Amino acid sequence: MRKIKELIIEKTLMTSALITIAVTLGIILVLSIEAIQFFSEVSIFDFLTDTQWTPLFTEKHFGILPLLSGTLLTSFIAISVALPIGLTISIYLSEYAPKAFRKAVKPLLELLASIPTVVYGFFALVVVTPFLQGFFPDLAGFNSLSAGIVMGIMIIPYISSISEDALHAVPASLREASYGMGATKLQTAFKVIVPAASSGIIVSIILAISRAIGETMIVAIAAGQQPRLTLDPTVPVETITAYIVQVSLGDVQHGSLEYRTIFAAGITLFTFTFLLNTLSYRIRKKYQEKYE
Amino acid sequence: MEITMENPKKKDVVLDSIVDTSLKKTPKIETKNIKVWYEEFNAIKGISMSIKPNTVTAFIGPSGCGKSTFLRLFNRMNDYVDGFSLEGKIKINGQNIYKKNVNVEELRKEVGMVFQKPNPFPKSIFDNVAYGLKIQGIKDKQLINDRVISSLKQVGLWEEVKDDLKKSGLALSGGQQQRLCIARTLAVEPSIILMDEPTSALDPISTAKIEELIFQLKQKYTIVIVTHNMQQASRISDYTAFFYLGELIEFNKTKNIFTNPEKKQTENYITGRFG
Ligand SMILES: Nc1ncnc2c1ncn2[C@@H]1O[C@H](COP(=O)(O)OP(=O)(O)OP(=O)(O)O)[C@@H](O)[C@H]1O
Ligand SMILES: [Mg+2]
Repeated sequence: MRKIKELIIEKTLMTSALITIAVTLGIILVLSIEAIQFFSEVSIFDFLTDTQWTPLFTEKHFGILPLLSGTLLTSFIAISVALPIGLTISIYLSEYAPKAFRKAVKPLLELLASIPTVVYGFFALVVVTPFLQGFFPDLAGFNSLSAGIVMGIMIIPYISSISEDALHAVPASLREASYGMGATKLQTAFKVIVPAASSGIIVSIILAISRAIGETMIVAIAAGQQPRLTLDPTVPVETITAYIVQVSLGDVQHGSLEYRTIFAAGITLFTFTFLLNTLSYRIRKKYQEKYE
Repeated sequence: MEITMENPKKKDVVLDSIVDTSLKKTPKIETKNIKVWYEEFNAIKGISMSIKPNTVTAFIGPSGCGKSTFLRLFNRMNDYVDGFSLEGKIKINGQNIYKKNVNVEELRKEVGMVFQKPNPFPKSIFDNVAYGLKIQGIKDKQLINDRVISSLKQVGLWEEVKDDLKKSGLALSGGQQQRLCIARTLAVEPSIILMDEPTSALDPISTAKIEELIFQLKQKYTIVIVTHNMQQASRISDYTAFFYLGELIEFNKTKNIFTNPEKKQTENYITGRFG
């Protein structure tokens, strides 16, 4: 009897695992088939080098660069906000804060990541942009600056929480060794603890970047929908994700070339996040070996 | 003072032969009626003792009797423990180290510590030893270099590692790591070294090397060592303090403690009848 029970549980677990793998493979397959069809009509060279993205216009251009620049620009702004704040928080929580405070604040911070992103998007559009326009009157109503900043706030917990775990995992004996030699708390934090936790911190940054690149709602709402190859944070741009939303919600004919652009854009996005996740996985594995 | 610095041996000899209350005999560490609590728990129950310079003092006693707690008072390492409180006075070099305006970082440069488990930083061998100097803001490469070499030589590690100073300190064997940790402590030039069971995680050969080292270090440093190993205490220490349940039961020349203890409890402990 017990044997049968175990057998059922084992099979159920295996089936769930297989379903997950099948779904993932299915997504990649569909993405690839549609993308291959797309690239049979548009050359990869044009896709990668053309500086305009106008698939929905009469004069069509299929250069991914404007969407890519929009994605990278908003993500860069987000990381510039999240990295210093997230790291400061993690170091404070791990090295300075009283235990009770740390226990209370960490889950609160993680709440930041669970606010629906549509709320963030509107916050960027109706609060942050008007506020920033007070300082920069030239700031457009849609812009990558507000979207990036708000996205940065959203991804703070990715950095603060995972980095804090890494810092906290550094053996107490290293802290004692450092204090014991006359180092201050600050010196110990920056010369011993942070370097010892560096791989965990890097992983947190990569995950945060990956999250920012894949973020859709905030940029779709607040950054605009104008593909533009620019580094100027004050003008409207469009990210890969925002473009995919735009086409999915629009009235583009299924199976048309215009429709397939979203798969070409999607596979570009997938490549980026896949590479980042692989990188973080590698680093994490190496880091585990180091402490074992 | 200056004369002592230039020619310590000679002066010591002279003083020793003249009076017993010579410079050498003024206590390096002096505690008066020390009591320690962790929250409500009274871990140290009123201990007074004084430790002479250039001696090795062993702290022995059963597990949980307060040896580590007492030792870590001397470099204020217990300050980080939640619920720690202290009563009484501790003087090092005549200075009350728990006074308000004491610079704890300065104190720890004077009172170095070696821990039970070797704990080198995940840095190169060189950077491990140079760490204490670098955090003091010393930039002089030559000085750092010299100090690293001389410290590694003092612990007998130089010949073993001189060709791979860039290698991680974690790549060394346990015994080598512990000697590296001692070298790291010596590099800041403390005058007191506290050791909390420094050989309990090591093999017999590494242990012998460290005992030999402690014997040599006595020339320049005052050493306080916690140990569970009675042979070790009797081999390397000049004085032995026996602790029991937060109290100092007996403190005397090691020879006396091991051959002719005054208290029954001490005798029972060192002969292995309890603990
Ligand atoms: N951080 C702490 N919080 C609460 N109680 C503590 C703490 N550290 C030590 N104690 C208690 O204080 C007493 C003395 O501990 P201490 O570590 O000084 O003993 P020890 O003599 O060094 O023992 P051992 O030989 O096992 O190392 C023990 O009863 C211990 O449980
Ligand atoms: Mg102990």
